[in-house]
Amino acid sequence: MKLHRPANRHLLLALALLVLPFVIDALFGHGWVRIADFALLYIMLALGLNIVVGYAGLLDLGYIAFFAVGAYTYALLGSPQFGLHWPMYVVLPLGALFACFFGVLLGAPTLRLRGDYLAIVTLGFGEIIRIFMNNLNAPVNITNGPQGISSIDPLHVGTFSFAGQHELFGIGFSSVHQHYYLFLAFTLLVAFVSLRLQHSRIGRAWMAIREDEVAANAMGINTRNIKLLAFAMGATFGGISGGLFAGFQGFVSPESFSLMESIMVLCMVVLGGMGNITGVVLGGVLLVVLPEVFRHGAGPLQQALFGKIVVDPESLRMLMFGLALILVMLWRPAGLWPSTQRRRELMPDESVAQQEQDTVYDSAK
Amino acid sequence: MTQIPLLEVEHLKVNYGGIHALKGIDLHIAPGELVALIGSNGAGKSTTLKALAGLQHCSAGKLHYEGHSLHHMPAHQRVSAGLALVPEGRGIFARLTVAENLHMGAYTRNDDEIEADLERMYTLFPRLAERCAQLAGTLSGGEQQMVAMARALMSRPKLLMLDEPSMGLAPMMVAKIFETIRDISAQGVSILLVEQNAKLALEAAQRGYVLESGAITLSGAAGELLGSDAVQRAYLGA
Repeated sequence: MKLHRPANRHLLLALALLVLPFVIDALFGHGWVRIADFALLYIMLALGLNIVVGYAGLLDLGYIAFFAVGAYTYALLGSPQFGLHWPMYVVLPLGALFACFFGVLLGAPTLRLRGDYLAIVTLGFGEIIRIFMNNLNAPVNITNGPQGISSIDPLHVGTFSFAGQHELFGIGFSSVHQHYYLFLAFTLLVAFVSLRLQHSRIGRAWMAIREDEVAANAMGINTRNIKLLAFAMGATFGGISGGLFAGFQGFVSPESFSLMESIMVLCMVVLGGMGNITGVVLGGVLLVVLPEVFRHGAGPLQQALFGKIVVDPESLRMLMFGLALILVMLWRPAGLWPSTQRRRELMPDESVAQQEQDTVYDSAK
Repeated sequence: MTQIPLLEVEHLKVNYGGIHALKGIDLHIAPGELVALIGSNGAGKSTTLKALAGLQHCSAGKLHYEGHSLHHMPAHQRVSAGLALVPEGRGIFARLTVAENLHMGAYTRNDDEIEADLERMYTLFPRLAERCAQLAGTLSGGEQQMVAMARALMSRPKLLMLDEPSMGLAPMMVAKIFETIRDISAQGVSILLVEQNAKLALEAAQRGYVLESGAITLSGAAGELLGSDAVQRAYLGA
């Protein structure tokens, strides 16, 4: 089998993704499969935000709000809260639809804003959603306030529950394994849609708007609709991820949707490589896995080095994490795996670089 | 002239808040004509182009294009109708390649002659053919102006509106750009040329308008304007 043949490479990748949870389970234990599940959820979020920030260049600091809308939609329609237990294939699309609606709701009044002004408005929007979730328990109890909603129905199709134990061909699949495959399927779908969008007419229009909105308008791009579409698409992906999160956790509370979460997702996009799907996926994996490594590794490491815990691993975790972010941005300003555009900008091909060098001197020719 | 004008502007007014940027201007452009709109800084030249392209809201006046009113037509539809603007400061997509920039110009088209038109642009601007894989932001000012013009031409406009194509360019590059403007005009595209460089613009154009503080103070054949005392005094420093 030749590895450089794309079909074979894809097959190999698919195989690797399929056996990955078992490898993780065998090597690191059950808890890490759960972390892999979360990584997939965050990758979906990062891919959604990538459309808004990476493609269309609209800095959104309140993106987690759409995750919250998706999660609460699932929680309210599939829990004892209202006694509703709608099936997953109804609730998940509904959550995505609501998130999409909120995306347009955020997009419409901010159409004229760019850069830092847009960032501030979206930041406010994210906080408003969280505060609503926190306070919609009086006078009518909808969200159960800060206590959150618990005993949410697990993700299930018919009688098949992703939270139960199942056996297939003599291999035991536990809850985290089954969720892994479900989330993987959704992540691949989101990645596929992102990829197709990137090379579509719409994707090119987003990039033109990112570069120069007035010129994009003068090219015949309906900038208003195309920008709203970016918000709507990004929010939809966030909503799907949110719904899956609620079903997986079985519990949602406003705490899970803080500004810190929005910033984490934005970091995944920027650190991985804005506008590039592979980069964003890489960013998502690293930013979920690294903090966990620090969390589990810092304690035993100190124990081994100094014989006692000198610094609380929990506080060290964010310190290390921040340091890692700074180093990456210093060494790889375009992200770990930049998009072709960013790569061309910062490290052009030799021939093109030579041309650029010529340009500096012979512009009058 | 018995010909129906391609574009007819009647009493166009534009306000920025309480400031009257255009105080009711009239102008018309015949098919195939090259018309210059000259004036000093802040006279309202760019505002006029923005209003024609639909990027700026008009507070009063009528815009007729090929006999139809442009009044309710948003900017993005005016492009497919045949109005193309090369915006002030060029507005190239800096982080896209030259080729990608030109493709964006054909955004409103979905015919199968786009690639052929791309080749035509490369013949018109051989410099761009050499640099098609280069990021547009890394080009020199003159080359960026070429990209902006070629990009606008990719929409196959009937009326090309150029906003200060000579701005910030070396004299040699300015001559080259104006040569190309004449070429484009010779191919039958109507051009509305906005310039501060009155001499160059009027030498290239057939007719001209002089805009001062939001009102048209002079108009006529380009040669006459070039020779008139008022223009000589105000713009040519003679």
